Amino acid sequence: MITAGCDIGSLTAKAVILKEGKILASEVILASAQPEKSATDVMKRALEKAGIKMEDIQYCVGTGYGRKHIPFMNSEESEIACHARGAVWQVPTARTVVDIGGQDAKAIRVDEKGNVERYVYNDKCASGTGRFLEIIADSLDIKLDDMGSISEKATEKLTLSNQCVVFAETEIISLVNDGKEIADIVHALHQAVANRAASLARSILVESDAVMTGGVAKNCGMFGALERALGVKLHKVEYPQINGALGAALFAADKVNGTGR
Amino acid sequence: MFAAGCDIGSLTSKAVIMKDGKIIESVIIKSKARPWESADEVMNIVLSRAGLTMKDIPCCVGTGYGRDKIPFVHEAVSEIACHGKGARWLVPTVRTVIDIGGQDCKALRLDDQGNMVKFITNDKCASGTGRFLEVMAKVMHLNLDELGEMSTRSKQPITLASACTVWAQADVIQHLNDKVSIEDIAAGVNNAMASRMSILANNIGLERDVCMTGGVAKNDGVVNALEKQLGIRIKRIRREDPQIAGAIGAALFAAEKAKGGAR
Repeated sequence: MITAGCDIGSLTAKAVILKEGKILASEVILASAQPEKSATDVMKRALEKAGIKMEDIQYCVGTGYGRKHIPFMNSEESEIACHARGAVWQVPTARTVVDIGGQDAKAIRVDEKGNVERYVYNDKCASGTGRFLEIIADSLDIKLDDMGSISEKATEKLTLSNQCVVFAETEIISLVNDGKEIADIVHALHQAVANRAASLARSILVESDAVMTGGVAKNCGMFGALERALGVKLHKVEYPQINGALGAALFAADKVNGTGR
Repeated sequence: MFAAGCDIGSLTSKAVIMKDGKIIESVIIKSKARPWESADEVMNIVLSRAGLTMKDIPCCVGTGYGRDKIPFVHEAVSEIACHGKGARWLVPTVRTVIDIGGQDCKALRLDDQGNMVKFITNDKCASGTGRFLEVMAKVMHLNLDELGEMSTRSKQPITLASACTVWAQADVIQHLNDKVSIEDIAAGVNNAMASRMSILANNIGLERDVCMTGGVAKNDGVVNALEKQLGIRIKRIRREDPQIAGAIGAALFAAEKAKGGAR
């Protein structure tokens, strides 16, 4: 049995192909302005990697904010449900999922089967989302992907007093002008973003074990900062960014098995 | 008797000199990196224009976010108190004051004696502060005055989906790329600003008369939109520049202090 999941986010599009409960192939691309095109492109590349054709996919579930526009999907599922499902598949003991995406952040409490118990969502404020990191990376003229390794070189503890991205950007510029080290600033930034995401998570009561998903989880500095902010053991997942697409592919397998909703 | 008020804000610094209850000179400058540098400069300008020196001023009160860092002031008084005091001097019937600063916004209510009844401030989020307009004006390549005027010429204002400055900026850029008219975007920006301010104002409960202080009070687009959203007329301050209301309040406190009166 081969199924697929396709997650069209605001910044990236993800696809996962599952075969008999194993990941056969996955792909992440930058999203284009048209969600249809992002979906078609990312799936085409995942299929090529897997060495199969669209006809081989028995069922495809779509998710993400652009899911309505995925031309080839058989049904759709909410991002929350997909992230919960994917996280529990990756870490069976997971009870809290914190997903930090490019433009949003979510915290989900799940039961042992991966069903959603409670969740909270922020897409109203850029603070605590990946966008915060992106904007500061831009103003510090460093690469987003390098932020994790840069923060590991931090020696002096700095604290950002602003939560708002706009105000924090100004604060960071004055820290640079005051001669503070970039590594220390990035370290403080990670903690600020993590604190904001953690306060979101605390509103649904964080239960151990927690996992972090979303593209931001690839940043090792953010991972450590979130673990400190949450105060519980945080698990690394093997596939943080494709977690939603993975959950979608698992729902697709349920459909084929006749166990789906 | 002379009295001076000095309001050191994040973006602009203001100084006012009063003599026997009348304003004889006032100055607004862009703030410098350090509050004490701003204070020195704005005070030197206002004194030289008035033909006075610091020795002529028996009392100077400081306010604004940098108020504790002004070397020459005799006392520092909170912005809330100064804006309330200044607004009441400008509009004696005022009961609700909405002040929009460069990086914060406040709403305050006064009783019929001018005593503070209630206040609320936001300095945590850039939305609804002068900073929001500044960011939007920058991506639109307009100055703040132009942004305010353009609203009146808009036929179909855009709606910004989010109050967050970061998301709204992305929205504005999208509309610019979509070749939406600059007037319609400007009107949408001013409406969004007003709607965020109205949340704050409604929170403390509006009482007539309502007036606005701070630089944004000079932006007709925002003031008109706020009137519409609150469903209440906002009394325009015409006696003086609404941006110096805080410094006026500070000068009034200074005059009271010099007289030995309580505030």
